[in-house]
Amino acid sequence: MHSHAHKIFRQFLCIVFAALLSFVANADEVSREQIKGLDEQVQDIKKDVLNLSSELAMLEEKLLFPSNTQVSLFVSMHKGDDFRLDSVQLKLGEKVVAQHLYSFRELEALQSGGVQRLYLGNIKTGEHELVISYSGKAPAGGEYKRSGSYRVTKDVGPKFVEIKIAGPESTEQDIQFRDW
Amino acid sequence: MSLRFSIAALLLLPLFAHGTVRPHQEMRDIFYGEILYHAYQHDYFEAISHLDIELGQYYALDEPDLDSLHWHRGQAEFAVGDLELYYRMHQRAGRAIEAVLGKNVAESERNEAAFRLARLYYRKQDYVNALHAIELIKGEVPEKIRSDEAFMRAQIYVSVGKFNDAITILKELKGDETYRGYIEYNLAMAYLQTAQTELAVAMLDELGKLDSDEEAVLALKDKGNLKLANYYVDAGNAEQAAKYFSRIRLDGPFSNKALLGAGWVAVAQQRYDRALVPWSLLHEREQTNISVQEAMMAVPFAYSKLNVHGKAAIMYGKAMDVFASEIDSLDASIKSIREGKFLTALVSKQAEQDENWVVNLRKLPDSPETRYIMELMAAHDFQESLKNYKDLADLRQHLTLWLDGLAVYEDIIELRRQYYEPLLPQVEKKFKKLDSRIRLRIEQRDRLNERIQSLLVLRRPVYLATANERADIDRLAKIKVALEANPSLATEETLYRMERLSGVLDWRIESEFDDRLTTAYKNLKDLDGVIDDLNKQYRAFVRTRQAATQSYEGYTIPIQQLRTRLRDTQVKLKGIMARQGRVLEQMAINELDKRRKRLEEYQIKARFALAESYDRATKEQEKKLLEQSAITPETTVTTKAETADTEASATAATTTANAGEGATP
Repeated sequence: MHSHAHKIFRQFLCIVFAALLSFVANADEVSREQIKGLDEQVQDIKKDVLNLSSELAMLEEKLLFPSNTQVSLFVSMHKGDDFRLDSVQLKLGEKVVAQHLYSFRELEALQSGGVQRLYLGNIKTGEHELVISYSGKAPAGGEYKRSGSYRVTKDVGPKFVEIKIAGPESTEQDIQFRDW
Repeated sequence: MSLRFSIAALLLLPLFAHGTVRPHQEMRDIFYGEILYHAYQHDYFEAISHLDIELGQYYALDEPDLDSLHWHRGQAEFAVGDLELYYRMHQRAGRAIEAVLGKNVAESERNEAAFRLARLYYRKQDYVNALHAIELIKGEVPEKIRSDEAFMRAQIYVSVGKFNDAITILKELKGDETYRGYIEYNLAMAYLQTAQTELAVAMLDELGKLDSDEEAVLALKDKGNLKLANYYVDAGNAEQAAKYFSRIRLDGPFSNKALLGAGWVAVAQQRYDRALVPWSLLHEREQTNISVQEAMMAVPFAYSKLNVHGKAAIMYGKAMDVFASEIDSLDASIKSIREGKFLTALVSKQAEQDENWVVNLRKLPDSPETRYIMELMAAHDFQESLKNYKDLADLRQHLTLWLDGLAVYEDIIELRRQYYEPLLPQVEKKFKKLDSRIRLRIEQRDRLNERIQSLLVLRRPVYLATANERADIDRLAKIKVALEANPSLATEETLYRMERLSGVLDWRIESEFDDRLTTAYKNLKDLDGVIDDLNKQYRAFVRTRQAATQSYEGYTIPIQQLRTRLRDTQVKLKGIMARQGRVLEQMAINELDKRRKRLEEYQIKARFALAESYDRATKEQEKKLLEQSAITPETTVTTKAETADTEASATAATTTANAGEGATP
């Protein structure tokens, strides 16, 4: 009797051990459902963080760049201009407010039609002189430098100025300023 | 190997066929241009965040049609879906595109939205919904997506088992340069699914002969040739198999498999010397590659078949050394992954800056040997998990920065409060005084205006008399009263002079009335200019005062709320990131473990094969010695190969002894 019970107990232990082994084996495998479930959680958190990002951006603008003093300076290029822009410097009222060295990706984004907000700051109402200087490499080789100025009139509302620059082989004007 | 592939093999599509945020038309909204700038740099988080703000503000306007984003509205709504798709937010992307479909839009716009939705479901491997979406396309398909739509439709049909419909579309698409190579490959696979083997073989043959410089098409050609070669291996047609293996480039992604296959084809023809040509080439390549590792066993196998047992034994010995060292490397890699170094390496800055980062990961200190997980890392599930992990790492960084930013904002607000709070009451006091004076002046101006207006209706010249004239009129009136009180003084001359003076005054006032009225009107206009300036200054002051108050008032609660939400999100993100990391680690460990087991199997086989080769080499040597003893020394001629083999046998014996492998078969 005792021996029989012992046998059953051993069989039970074997079953438990086998079950444990299979569990361990399964626990190591990464299932598609697991990947899919995690992916959905990642999407949810991305949504949450994007919402937070938008709210923070608006808070930041309201707090640091109120509309009555806000000025934004944008840089863009003509579509298809293969001028290799290296750097841009912006001066607003004799003060250098922005300097930027371009990576290949940034340059490509500009050449594809993207517009870069190079400066976001605050100025008083009234007139201010904006000076842009840029340099780069001409498609044919050699350095290419240009600079130009513009009178920015700041009113009560936020001020947005686009500066469109061109390379040496462009048929467009070197520098075009536009108030938005 | 069978030519019957899983459906997944059919789902081959070129990368450039994926949709993109379209290049700009004329830019009419500067902020949309800024969104594109982020999108073109693949900075989808920033792009979506900016676009959400812009669209949110646009829809909150009373007259959104007057906003400059109006010109890009359609494009922006599509862009939301595209950008979210790129940022792997399929759920939101689907909703964005469905929103476009739900609107009353033009047929072309609707068809484009349906196409994008189908593509989205297809990528999520939800083929039934992809089919439903693609069948929403009715009427004319926009030119720019016509071939993309047809190719996508064919892929969806294949995925849901509508192979004949897929074949019809792919046949019509044939000749389209965008999908050159992909059409032929997918068509061949569809033929196979419908048991049209001859057509499939012919199509793969055609693909294998395509003339192209494009790396993707060349790789596809190699893939097609490999499929065909394997098909002929299965069919037992070694000659044809050899032909297709030989078409595969030696520097392409399938070259290792081709070299290995070409060797086995030669073995099937019992031409072991010829098998050694591709295998020897393969033998020298990167030893972590699965085909190279097989070649390490195959080369000595061929030598043993050529009865060069000594050399075979040496090579088995070398293979065992390599396998042992690779197993050690795999163990170290698994250990490194378990210690979390793999995840650290994945999100390192070094990895981000290098396009070849997967390969270079191994250069980072203590990171695992990534050559073994290259295939795994290229797999869809791993890639998606890896991208998610990297995205989560970026989000974690954003959250930390934002939380730090909130503390800075609070400092700024506090500084502003300390500056403005003592200042504002004094300013307010002065402002009130000025305000009452301004109001008084404005009231005076209004009265003047009313008087001038009334003069236009009712002519009353005396209202425009000068101060002197008024004084003269008053003096005359007083004299008149005095004369009435004392009639003795009212001489005729006096009365005449008074009459005359009064007449002169009346004449002047009457005759100059029009000029005076005009001058008064002009003066009023000048006064209005001054009043306008005053009002501007007044409003500017009010705004500044308001801005000063608003610069520190009303932020406490929003900042507290944002901080709570940021912290909650941080906790949630930490949990998800840990789970995602564990999945990645487990996938990598499983793959390394699989490769380890395979190497162990090779090791066992090599051990037996080495012993067998050594045994045969020894027997052969003994046999030769016996033969030599039976022949006179003068007549003995030893070939160069035999000498080499004898030397090799001796070396093999040493190698075996050094390795301590004394096992017998």
